[in-house]
Amino acid sequence: MSPDLSHSEILRYSRHLLIPEVGLEGQRKLKTASVLVIGSGGLGSPVLMYLAAAGVGRIGIVDYDVVDFSNLQRQVIHGTSSLGVKKVESARDRMLDINPEIQADIYNQPFTSENAFEIASDYDLVIDGTDNFPTRYLTNDLCVLLGKPNVYGSIFRFDGQLSVFDARSGPCYRCLFPEPPPPGLVPSCAEGGVLGVLPGIIGSLQAAEALKIILGIGTPMIGRLLVFNALDMSFDFVNLRKNPNCKVCSPEPEITQLIDYEEFCGVPAHDHETGSAGEGWDISARQLSDSMQGGNHLTLLDVREPHELEISSLEGATLIPLGQLAARLSELDSANEMVVFCKSGTRSARALELMVSAGFRKVKNLKGGINAWAQEIDPSLPIY
Amino acid sequence: MPNLRIPTPLRNYTAGQSEITLCGSTVSEAMDDLVEQYPEMKQHIFNDEGALRPFINLFLNEDNINDLEGLETRLGENDRLMILPSIAGGSRPIHMDP
Repeated sequence: MSPDLSHSEILRYSRHLLIPEVGLEGQRKLKTASVLVIGSGGLGSPVLMYLAAAGVGRIGIVDYDVVDFSNLQRQVIHGTSSLGVKKVESARDRMLDINPEIQADIYNQPFTSENAFEIASDYDLVIDGTDNFPTRYLTNDLCVLLGKPNVYGSIFRFDGQLSVFDARSGPCYRCLFPEPPPPGLVPSCAEGGVLGVLPGIIGSLQAAEALKIILGIGTPMIGRLLVFNALDMSFDFVNLRKNPNCKVCSPEPEITQLIDYEEFCGVPAHDHETGSAGEGWDISARQLSDSMQGGNHLTLLDVREPHELEISSLEGATLIPLGQLAARLSELDSANEMVVFCKSGTRSARALELMVSAGFRKVKNLKGGINAWAQEIDPSLPIY
Repeated sequence: MPNLRIPTPLRNYTAGQSEITLCGSTVSEAMDDLVEQYPEMKQHIFNDEGALRPFINLFLNEDNINDLEGLETRLGENDRLMILPSIAGGSRPIHMDP
């Protein structure tokens, strides 16, 4: 039976109650609904706040991270006063401040093949607000296996994608993207950047889709995908069809239980990037500083993009952006001792791989990148 | 001539162009023209066997070419092609190339 709404709830939701498509009946549906949101970052921020404000009765939040200074440019559910606080707690506090009538369940843990079923099985629908391929494929396969809708959103720089994957009546994420890109081919937001408002736009659309599904109104984005670009302010819609050979949602699926998604994607989902190229290939900022002070002549190779030089730079370094490195290796002398660096050590580890396979031997990766140098050696440089 | 829309992550390889006009009466011919104009695009879109990579989709107007006749799908003068790559989104470093 649908729950009654108190007088204060009726006043709180009066702008919903005035819409014929929602009304009291719809508001009661929202109150009995439960939604699981994977991630409380850029996409999760608007999703969680709008679902809380709308009166979705029970909202689950999965995240294991803590609020970091560099999150605040886009993760608007968190504030400066929450720095260092667990994201799930910071998000819950904000949601309950918006609407104390709702219940916010927090899961301060990585979302994995081991715990995903237990966490998600008790929710009506799942919202994918993750930031990496392993968790996206996990969320997709889980929703297919559980028969739940997966409200998908993804962002990069100025681009956004939105869809509702519901394998019971339409395609799933794997139908569109059977496999993730190999590591290194697609930049993450931490290295590639993202316009702060972009997750706000796509996350708000995810919240709208979730509310439509709960209320049973309108046409959910099942079998359709929105491709958004903020620079052109373009909204393109394309049709998605079920892949008859999909490994998880076809009639004879290969995947019938959750797999090892980090192995499948070849990248870690839950470890912070260490900025390391592996044992024996790294040099710490301190070691580099000592070596330079000891009079060692080293070639410093900066593989960042030219616009990053304005933020911070090391004197005497040669700039060859990673994307151009393969074509410009002849500019470097493999007889020289070389230290490669980038912002945090991820791109330079890739550069080192490339150089070693081209025959360079006297080359090291500055672990943690120029940010580690700024932290340990030269505090006059900003960390970004 | 058909137009091709380039998503942000691949604009590094098209000299920043977001929209490119291509020659060709099939998707395959248009892609050949793209690779001729911007050779770096090839490795990002096709595998060694010349098939589309599994994390790249090509849409003709609103439909995935896989749901049409694949690379052999015929193109009209005013058709619009769009490359749709998978993007992970989010905030944490994973692995990257600029």
